[in-house]
Amino acid sequence: MPLSRSLTLPLLTLALVGLLAMVLSVGVGSVALSPVQVGAALLGEGSNLHQTLVLELRLPRTLAAFATGGLLAVAGALMQVLLRNPLADPYVLGLSGGAAVGALLAMLAGLGGVIVSGSAFAGALLATLMVFGLAHGTGSWTPSRLLLTGVVVAAGWGAVITLILAISPTQRLPGMLYWLMGDVSYARTPWPALILLVLACLLVLPLGRSLNVLARGPMQAAALGVSVRPLEWLIYVLASLLTAAAVTTAGSIGFVGLVVPHMLRLMLGNDQRLILPACALAGGTLLVLADTLARVVIAPEQLPVGVITALLGVPTFLYLLYRSR
Amino acid sequence: MNPLQVRQLVIDIPGRASGQALDFTVEPGQIWGVLGPNGAGKTTLLHTLAGLRAPRSGDILLGAESLAGLKRRTVSRQLGLVFQDRQDGFPATVMETALIGRHPWLSPWQMEGGEDLAMAEKALAVMDVSHLADRLVNTLSGGERQRVAIATVLTQNPGTWLLDEPTNHLDLHHQVAVMNLLKQQASEGRAVFMCLHDLNLAARWCDHLLLLYPSGDACWGPAGRMLVPSALESLYGQRLITTELDGAPVFVPVRS
Repeated sequence: MPLSRSLTLPLLTLALVGLLAMVLSVGVGSVALSPVQVGAALLGEGSNLHQTLVLELRLPRTLAAFATGGLLAVAGALMQVLLRNPLADPYVLGLSGGAAVGALLAMLAGLGGVIVSGSAFAGALLATLMVFGLAHGTGSWTPSRLLLTGVVVAAGWGAVITLILAISPTQRLPGMLYWLMGDVSYARTPWPALILLVLACLLVLPLGRSLNVLARGPMQAAALGVSVRPLEWLIYVLASLLTAAAVTTAGSIGFVGLVVPHMLRLMLGNDQRLILPACALAGGTLLVLADTLARVVIAPEQLPVGVITALLGVPTFLYLLYRSR
Repeated sequence: MNPLQVRQLVIDIPGRASGQALDFTVEPGQIWGVLGPNGAGKTTLLHTLAGLRAPRSGDILLGAESLAGLKRRTVSRQLGLVFQDRQDGFPATVMETALIGRHPWLSPWQMEGGEDLAMAEKALAVMDVSHLADRLVNTLSGGERQRVAIATVLTQNPGTWLLDEPTNHLDLHHQVAVMNLLKQQASEGRAVFMCLHDLNLAARWCDHLLLLYPSGDACWGPAGRMLVPSALESLYGQRLITTELDGAPVFVPVRS
């Protein structure tokens, strides 16, 4: 039942699980820390080594992973409502392709750090505008038209990415591949992504019921008092921005935006007022755990986290699809 | 409630001549039926009256104000629309579906309260679908879905009901139940405006009729004046046998 008390329990549970995942993530590594030691370091106690390890190395990365996962999952849930297609995900409209081309071009030019991120962000926004402009065409856009345009444009980006990889000098390839698979170690600071995630959640909460109605189709939504066109624009711009921020933080990480909203819908129903904040928490938790795995599986080497999410995501998704009617 | 006033309205059907402009008022307590063959523009008319499509020309007034100038939310507190077909992209339960009828009445931060829940429960009971409350809508039969859709508008509680083929998919008993419900709504001071395929339902329950021809021509008026066999025969391009039963005219198509 969509009543306030039925929202609290799932969200509190998810928040608790997220917190535990973060403590685990901060504790695990070359120097293992117990939850007590993690807590002590957070409070400014314990040894200097522990404090540096927790506050400067592990915690920022964990928070960045959480924010990225949350952004991707919320963006996915929004895209699925916008396109009224359960298979939509944040990348389906060619966003990650645009971001990847931006980032790889910067890497090809031998640039690093902030410029790669900025270039990725610019690429993502360019891709968004392109898809929207093309889908809009001379008439109005429909979900299927938007989806088709996005898929075709994404294929175009794919070709450009392959081209860049083919002409890049060999020593730059590992960095590029890691970026393409998504890697939280690129994150320099978690704060912009985290703040955006919180702001997005606050923004979509009062829209939740309108989104529930929009999920029934635009005509039904309009008949029930939703201003459909402005709402659709808002979701589109917001989802694009969230995805661009996520891609900029940690490269293109697949499947979080597709799988997390799906799992939550199967468990919690499809009330957006619950699903959207739940996506922020569960998406964050999933990526924190995946990133922890990515750090320890072949330690001291690290795997790109996108490999883990895809390896977990593909079978999970297939299972959900198989189970559903 | 505010009467729905249609002023010199021409609905926009691409490639069709404008035909006759519609000009009538749906007053509280009236039940209007729209009759016409496939493709005559019944659904387009209904969507235009609901403000979901722009007319080619003319105006629709809700009380004193033009529909086009009103906020969607204000409109949807006064006009409820039962669609002919529904798309359900995501699974939702029958109860959730009925509850979205409360959307126009709740502020963005408001959750559905006990009163809203009670209204939805009552609507489900009236439509005889209470036992399906927890079922997913996409697992229901066509007729059950139709009753859920009507329950949603019952929960919405508008002053004017617009319905597109409300008896679609319904068995005989539920057809009569729905028409009686609409009659009751009208007797409580609401207005009903619906597209119908069944001449005989229209003849028995509607007090006003609008005949919509594929050419764009139209005529309207009190049901007694509109139920002329020759006019109906030319409307459908079908010869009819007319008789009277149970105090209402009955039209049967001629075989061959």
